[in-house]
This record gives sequence, C-alpha cells and structure tokens, in this order.
Amino acid sequence: MSSSVTDTGIDFSFNRVAAMVRRYWYLLRSSWPRILDLIYWPAVQMLMWGFLQVYVSQNAGFFAQAGGVFIGAVLLWDILFRGQLGFSISFLEEMYARNLGNIMMSPLRPAEFLLALMIMSLVRLLIGMIPVSLLAIAFFGFNLWALGLALAAFFANLILTSWSVGIFVAGLLLRNGLGAESMAWTIMFLFLPLTCVYYPVAILPEWLQYFAWALPPTYVFEGMRALVIDHVFRADLMAQALAFNVVLFAAASFAFMKLLQSARVQGSLLQTSE
Amino acid sequence: MDAQNASAIAVDQLVKRYKGVAAVDGITFRLAPGTVTGLLGGNGAGKTTTIAMIMGLVTPTSGTVTVLGADMPRQRYRVLHRMNFESPYVDMPMRLTVRQNLSVFAQLYAVPDIDARIARLAADLDLTEFLDRPTGKLSAGQKTRVSLAKALLNKPEVLLLDEPTASLDPDTADWVRSHLERYRAEEGATVLLASHNMGEVERLCERVIIMKRGRIEDDDTPDRLLSRYGRETLEEVFLDVARGRRHNEAAQ
Repeated sequence: MSSSVTDTGIDFSFNRVAAMVRRYWYLLRSSWPRILDLIYWPAVQMLMWGFLQVYVSQNAGFFAQAGGVFIGAVLLWDILFRGQLGFSISFLEEMYARNLGNIMMSPLRPAEFLLALMIMSLVRLLIGMIPVSLLAIAFFGFNLWALGLALAAFFANLILTSWSVGIFVAGLLLRNGLGAESMAWTIMFLFLPLTCVYYPVAILPEWLQYFAWALPPTYVFEGMRALVIDHVFRADLMAQALAFNVVLFAAASFAFMKLLQSARVQGSLLQTSE
Repeated sequence: MDAQNASAIAVDQLVKRYKGVAAVDGITFRLAPGTVTGLLGGNGAGKTTTIAMIMGLVTPTSGTVTVLGADMPRQRYRVLHRMNFESPYVDMPMRLTVRQNLSVFAQLYAVPDIDARIARLAADLDLTEFLDRPTGKLSAGQKTRVSLAKALLNKPEVLLLDEPTASLDPDTADWVRSHLERYRAEEGATVLLASHNMGEVERLCERVIIMKRGRIEDDDTPDRLLSRYGRETLEEVFLDVARGRRHNEAAQ
C-alpha cells in the first residue's frame, strides 16, 4: 500500500514501514550475538530473582503465600526495560551504520519510522521473553502465560510506556548525536525505584508516592501484586495506567517532532557522531 | 509559471548560520531542468551545507530553497520520492548484503519491479557479482558504486552528488562518470555535483558555481570561466579563486 503525497508528512505508507522492519530483521538475523543478547540477560535476571524468592519463601510465611511476586516483577520489568531497549537499539543501529542521512532523505515519514521501531521492539522482546517465560515454568513453576487477560493488560501498558521513552530518547539522539547514547541504555533505570517494581508504593515516603502514581508502570506493578498475592485483577489500575500512557505517548511524540525540528536547524542529521 | 517554479532547483538569498558563524552566506542560483552543475569550493566553503539544505536535511536560517516547485524543507514530502543523493557523510548498513540494502531503499522509494531495477543497476555499475555479499566486505570503490546505485534506484529527477568518485581508482571513476552522463542523457535529470576533481567537473558540468567562505565567488560555464581567468584548466581557475586572485588579475 502506498500513499498520496502531502506537505504535512501525516500521510502514511505501510509499505515503507515494512521496508524498515525488513531492514532491521535482516540485521538481526545476520548476527547470532545480537539474538543471544536478547535472551541471556533476561534469563540470568529471572533465575537470580527466582532462586532468591525460593530462599525467602522458605523462611517467611508471607512470601510462601505470595509465590511468584519476584519472578512476576522481574518478568514485567523486563517487558518495560527490553521494550525500550529494543526500540532504542534499532534506532542506534542507524547511527552506528551512518545510515540516518539516507533514511531522513528518503520519503519515509517520521511516524512510519517510529512504527517500524515499535514493531522491532516487539519482535526483539518476544525473542527474549518467550524462552525466559518457559524457563520460569521449568525452574519455578511460575506460568506467566496463565495470567491470561491480566497479562495482556500488563503487557499493553508496559510496552506503551517503553515506546514513549524510546521515542523521547530517539529525539534526543537525533538532536544531540551519539553524545546522548548513554540515555538510551540508562534512562529506564530512573523508573526502577519510582515505579515500585519489587515493593508496594506504600513503602515510599508519602511525598514520593505522588511521583510514583504519575508513572504508568506503577499501576501495572501494583496490579501484578494484587493478582499474585490477593488473586484480584484490578481493572481500575489498568485503566488509570492506560490514561497516563496516552498522555505520556502524546508528550513523547510531540517532544520527538520538536527535537527533529531542532536537529534540522542545528544540522545534526548528517553528523551523528558526538 | 515563474522562474522559481520553472527551475529544477532554485536557491534564493540562502543563509545558514551555526552559532553566529555563516556556513552559507546569502547565495542565489537557479538550475534549469536537465542540466549538470558543478559546485566547487575548498573545505568549509559551504558546499555540503548547501546540498543539505537543498535535500531538506538542514533548515536555512533565512532565504529559500525550492526543489521541483516544493519549498524545502517545509514541503519536502512532495518531492523526496523524485530526488536522491550520494554523499561520503552517509553509508549503507554494512551487515546487510548489497541486494538487501538496495531492496529496502527501493521499497522506501516505492520503486516498481524492484528485482528488475536492482539487476539493471547492478549490471550498469558492475555490481552483479557482489549483490549477495555484505556491504561492509566491499572495497571503498565498490561501496561508492553501491551508494550510487542507491541514489539512482528511483530514477531521480534531481540528483545531488557529493564527491561521487572520491574513493575510486581512475578507471572506475571514469566509468562512473560515463554512467552519470548516460543517466542524465536518458532520464533528463538535473544533477548538482560537489567535487574537488576538476577534470570531472570539466567533463560533466555545463555550469560551474565556485563557493568560498559561504558565498558564491563565480558562476559560469567552464569555457567562459577559463577564458575570463585566462587559464587552461578549471584547477587553475579554482586556485585563483581560492587564493583571492580576481579574474582580471589572474588573466594578466
């Protein structure tokens, strides 16, 4: 499918999105270390937290009842973290390859570029998460897939947040070149303490809880604990997360367009080094 | 139709400043459709910045650029599918094979019958035997030919070339020039060529724009430039301009 041409760049071609996805797929399959990298670190994380949970649950009644809280948390955190990383790494590959000028000079629209990166983020995430979730069943009897509809709600909210962060980082990279590369690798760790991945929001000082509740993943992790510990699916938390995600995604897309505009003014689209 | 819209490329009072320093300082020129123009100038003369503004990659500080009637960069999506470029500042992804790279870009440019187009370009640019080799495994000259193949994929009406033969041996460079001449003759494309190779410019270009410190120092046909400066070659004319000798001084 192709599109008519307008000034705005709003018109959209799935054909161009498919071209970009094909480009990233060729790259991914050409390099086995890239594929291995998608699996090994999530697997290491899951095993470490899983064994810790087994140890703690043998010594504390609460954790004996709340089996899977840590493993569930680490698997959901990986969706958030790996989702953003998958998005950002595909974008960084264009900078490493000095291919950004070719892409920005092509008829590819920014929205098409971003959609291709989102699709690749999903592909990379699934390559990593499917084997790791199967390992969680084999080692700890924790079946992520048994969460069913709740998992779909958790996943949708987390991946939306990860894309929003990825879009913002891509804008920073366009504007500042590879000097902003470290943001791609570390920005999500800002979310780690604030979104209360491994503990309830109530643990935070009261003033910090306001910040925590402004972040969509906080609702997901609270929802996961409600499901695993109390066996209650909190649809209200998921709806609130979605509302915050819509705002975050819109803000990130706006920031990306502004940063792209600024990159054109600064002349940084051709010179993407530091 | 006014002169601006009748031109393939129209640049009017174009200025680009970076932190107060003018990289391009008020240049004006128009390129007629189907012409080949050389853009000459020393390092830092403003050639690449000018080409980047024509491509819509850089927003001018002031002035206008119109390509095929579209105001750049504001209306770039009207015309990007009708233009293309080759530049030493960008590469093709190294891990992808030549065929993969070309087919991805062909799809981005909505090229019809992609396989046939790639086969034709590969034959024209002597790339057939390298099509299934990773681009990163090619020699510098072969990579340049792949970049040129990418630039010609969509049969662009406007082709911007920044040092297209810089890393090629004389034989291959000559062969690429012949291909560019043939392409222009067959497709009637407008070509703007930035180069340090004066022989290349003399051979390919019917007009030469010489830039220095962001301004146009001279703009004429190669023959008239040679005659005005009283020189035998464009290289001598280039040196006169670069060293600040006016054409009347140089001719004495």
